[in-house]
Amino acid sequence: MSGANVPPVTSVAALYGIAHRIEADAAERYAMLADQMETHNNLDLARMFRDLARAERLHADKIRELAGAIGVGDDGGPIGPWKADSPESVDLYAARYDMSPHEALRMALAAEERALAFYTDLAASKVDRTVRDLATSFAAEEREHVALCHRLLERYPPASAARPGDPDAPGDR
Amino acid sequence: MNAAEPLKCRPSDYKSEVKPIWCPGCGDYHVLMALTRAMAALGLPPERIAVVSGIGCSSRIPAYTNCYGFHGVHGRSLAVATGLKIARPDITVICASGDGDGYSIGGNHFLHACRRNVDLAYIVMDNHIYGMTKGQPSPTTEPDFDTALAPGGTGLRPFNPLVVALASGANFVARAYSGNPNETAELIVDAIKHPGFSFVEILSPCVTYRPDQRSWKDRVHPAPVTPTDDPARAARRLMTDDGFNLGVLYRGHRAPYTPPTAAAMVAPESLEEEFEV
Repeated sequence: MSGANVPPVTSVAALYGIAHRIEADAAERYAMLADQMETHNNLDLARMFRDLARAERLHADKIRELAGAIGVGDDGGPIGPWKADSPESVDLYAARYDMSPHEALRMALAAEERALAFYTDLAASKVDRTVRDLATSFAAEEREHVALCHRLLERYPPASAARPGDPDAPGDR
Repeated sequence: MNAAEPLKCRPSDYKSEVKPIWCPGCGDYHVLMALTRAMAALGLPPERIAVVSGIGCSSRIPAYTNCYGFHGVHGRSLAVATGLKIARPDITVICASGDGDGYSIGGNHFLHACRRNVDLAYIVMDNHIYGMTKGQPSPTTEPDFDTALAPGGTGLRPFNPLVVALASGANFVARAYSGNPNETAELIVDAIKHPGFSFVEILSPCVTYRPDQRSWKDRVHPAPVTPTDDPARAARRLMTDDGFNLGVLYRGHRAPYTPPTAAAMVAPESLEEEFEV
């Protein structure tokens, strides 16, 4: 999703900006999904996405706090630095009105794995040591989020649909 | 476009309180995201923008922005947008449509809007199906796409909107993919800034009636050529286009239509005199 569109990160300030943008975009995306699920009366999932949005906003705030005086200003402006999506944004195309918590968590897991790959690749690239160290710490954090998704997936086993047997499914032909 | 100093805006400044009712997974969510990002990048105040639409899933988009909006008659969004821009050239007019509304029911308006070259941006969210009315084939549906409403497919050759736009005189022709919201936003900015009639076709999957379109993300690719201002070269490219080339494909220099000045216009009173019996 983001691999071919990784913006150049040449300074700690740029990395703080990008990292903040990644979390803010992820929060926006989860909030969109929560709204969608509310509209389509899948309220359990709406709550789950709302919680995930809140968690991503907390991460964005934490990065702003960490950045301190450096700030997070260089985050790509209104359009953002990626052509497609920022790495941690869930894939909206994978959403369905009747999706289950398990499917939602799989979406979240995929997003966390993309964020982990982004920071891991950045840390392994030819960048300044300070950028590498910061990318490594962000990667460690994303690794924890990946592990958390795996733990949550154990609590929510696969199910074919949250509301099986819809007699008027919109895609039926 | 106004020459005033751009505002520092966020995309959320252009979103209304109304929550979209599109199906989860619909590409139009990305288009809304791209549109509000484009508006923020342009830094125009919401009250200086009008979003005009027709009928269909895509045409709900004006309600989801807090700009001026007009949710018009099926296929007639361009007629309204053209009139608005002529009456209020100071307003940035964005016209939104879908492939059914824009290419079939509004097909004639599309041709003449390209020909007139009024300074507005036309974005068409193309999902190759009538989604709102449960999946009838549209002008861009593949001939063999099998539905209960067209068993075995229509057998009809799909409409090529980019070729038609170019041949009819559009001054800017581009294709975007909604799954690349930032690239789409940049193309919308480019289209709005370019003088004259700017046409952006946005491939926007309908995951409900066309779940196969989830594969579009693997099919789209950047156009392997730079934009051209030569219509003949653009025509050759578009005629051999695979339907998935993204980017600006034609950028013309034709002067936009400008309405006659007030001094050159005939006063209604003088017409009344002429027809007096």
